[in-house]
Amino acid sequence: MAIGVLALQGSFNEHIAALKRVGVKGEQIRKPEQLQNVSALIIPGGESTTMAKLAEYHNLFPALREFVKMGKPVWGTCAGLIFLADKAIGQKTGGQELIGGLNCTVHRNFFGSQIQSFEAEISVPEIVAKEGGPPSFRGVFIRAPGILEVGPEVQVLAEVPVPSDKAAKSDPAVENVEENAASEQKVIVAVKQGNLLATAFHPELTADTRWHSYFLKMLTEINQEASSSTSLSSEDLSFSEPPKYDLPIFQQ
Amino acid sequence: MAGSGVVTVYGNGAITETTKQSPFSVKVGLAQMLRGGVIMDVVTPEQARVAEEAGACAVMALERVPADIRAQGGVARMSDPQLIKEIKQAVTIPVMAKARIGHFVEAQILEAIGIDYVDESEVLTLADDENHINKHNFRIPFVCGCRHLRGAPHRPKGEAGTGNIIEAVRHVRSVMGDIRVLRNMDDDEVFTFAKKIQAPYDLVMQTKQLGRLPVVHFAAGGVATPADAALMMQLGCDGVFVGSGVFKSGDPARRARAIVQAVTHYSDPEVLAEVSCGLGEAMVGINLNDDKVERYANRSE
Repeated sequence: MAIGVLALQGSFNEHIAALKRVGVKGEQIRKPEQLQNVSALIIPGGESTTMAKLAEYHNLFPALREFVKMGKPVWGTCAGLIFLADKAIGQKTGGQELIGGLNCTVHRNFFGSQIQSFEAEISVPEIVAKEGGPPSFRGVFIRAPGILEVGPEVQVLAEVPVPSDKAAKSDPAVENVEENAASEQKVIVAVKQGNLLATAFHPELTADTRWHSYFLKMLTEINQEASSSTSLSSEDLSFSEPPKYDLPIFQQ
Repeated sequence: MAGSGVVTVYGNGAITETTKQSPFSVKVGLAQMLRGGVIMDVVTPEQARVAEEAGACAVMALERVPADIRAQGGVARMSDPQLIKEIKQAVTIPVMAKARIGHFVEAQILEAIGIDYVDESEVLTLADDENHINKHNFRIPFVCGCRHLRGAPHRPKGEAGTGNIIEAVRHVRSVMGDIRVLRNMDDDEVFTFAKKIQAPYDLVMQTKQLGRLPVVHFAAGGVATPADAALMMQLGCDGVFVGSGVFKSGDPARRARAIVQAVTHYSDPEVLAEVSCGLGEAMVGINLNDDKVERYANRSE
């Protein structure tokens, strides 16, 4: 079965292109019934407010929650991370609907607006252990969220240092911490809980596909547990359709 | 940093030590996040809230919507920074603002107040009729208009504030047509083509290889109905700007919502039919064959 990519708004084309690079077909999901045809789901980056509104108009939330509850792998990047979180702060007036399931608290636009968007080499030991490759991953953070708290069952996959001026501003609890300590402060940007994977940055915007193959392995593991012989490598990959042109991805 | 009132070019005070200025990926990345979305022109924080509730993926903060600029005339400038700040406070989605073409100080001010995107726009009165802003001096990304395939355009120019889609369709067709011509060109011919359209050779070559613009391509000008928005998406745009079309209509909230849905489900006529029902009155619109209409799109290349 194919991997679904929630195609309401945002970087879904980029995700589908990244999946294609690792040899898997991505399916655009716009309606609840389309979820039945996929075995895993990626919720792309974009504006979480917009995506929540669109999901609400088309009554997608019950189906998405069901999908998460069934234990199928779901990966959220940026806006998708906010969707999966149990609790989000910094929302618009009136709040927004979330899917939930991931036991953590997310701060929307943690790093601030576009002018504070940045790129950083982040260390990803878990990914390196499973996928090999260089020890760090080039994370692109665009008006990115940050994960403030995680539950005990959540595995932290990556962290970045918080800019020192930001730490005091965004988190009143650490206001009085000395400057040295504040500059050492880190915020979580990638987590895994069971079959849920979430990243605050955008692996779909860079050429490195290790996160995508990591996510696919989560799916293969489930299939093996269910003693089903279908593996992703036997996926029917028909590349006969005309190539879909997309934006360039950024090489190192 | 934002709010300090000091504008420094080349990104003094960048967050990470590794990058002194915003890398290209971060600038383009935000535009990529806006794909498949609708950007709405708003003039008050209240309208910004309506747009956010409707599901707009960003708002464009303006003093007057293009339809009013047309009606009232006079010099149209950058909006009051106070207004932009208020709009930014009111919503969590990205906020864009317009600067006059060539007016790099307006752009610096916008960068200083921490806006997410600057639109160097022909809708405002020109400040410089020959040169555009040097975007590399800024850490914030820019949008700018285009009519044909040139440089690194982001937004085909429709005739803003007219409620008439014809110009936008013509420009998108022109851009897409040029790309198709380019794709069939021999590599040797690309040099001459790049010279002819006055665009950097490497960008033209990249466009040829990709078969699409190397940047995000939003439709703008004259979108008034969900069908207009879906038309632009089907023609190959990545998203839609809606200016006067929403807040100059009978029921802004409903129309805004319908246009947002139309952009997501642009290739599904059933959904389009459903969302187009009972939207109330659309904006009146202007016929562009009327001689009295000033053509904003002609103001610059």
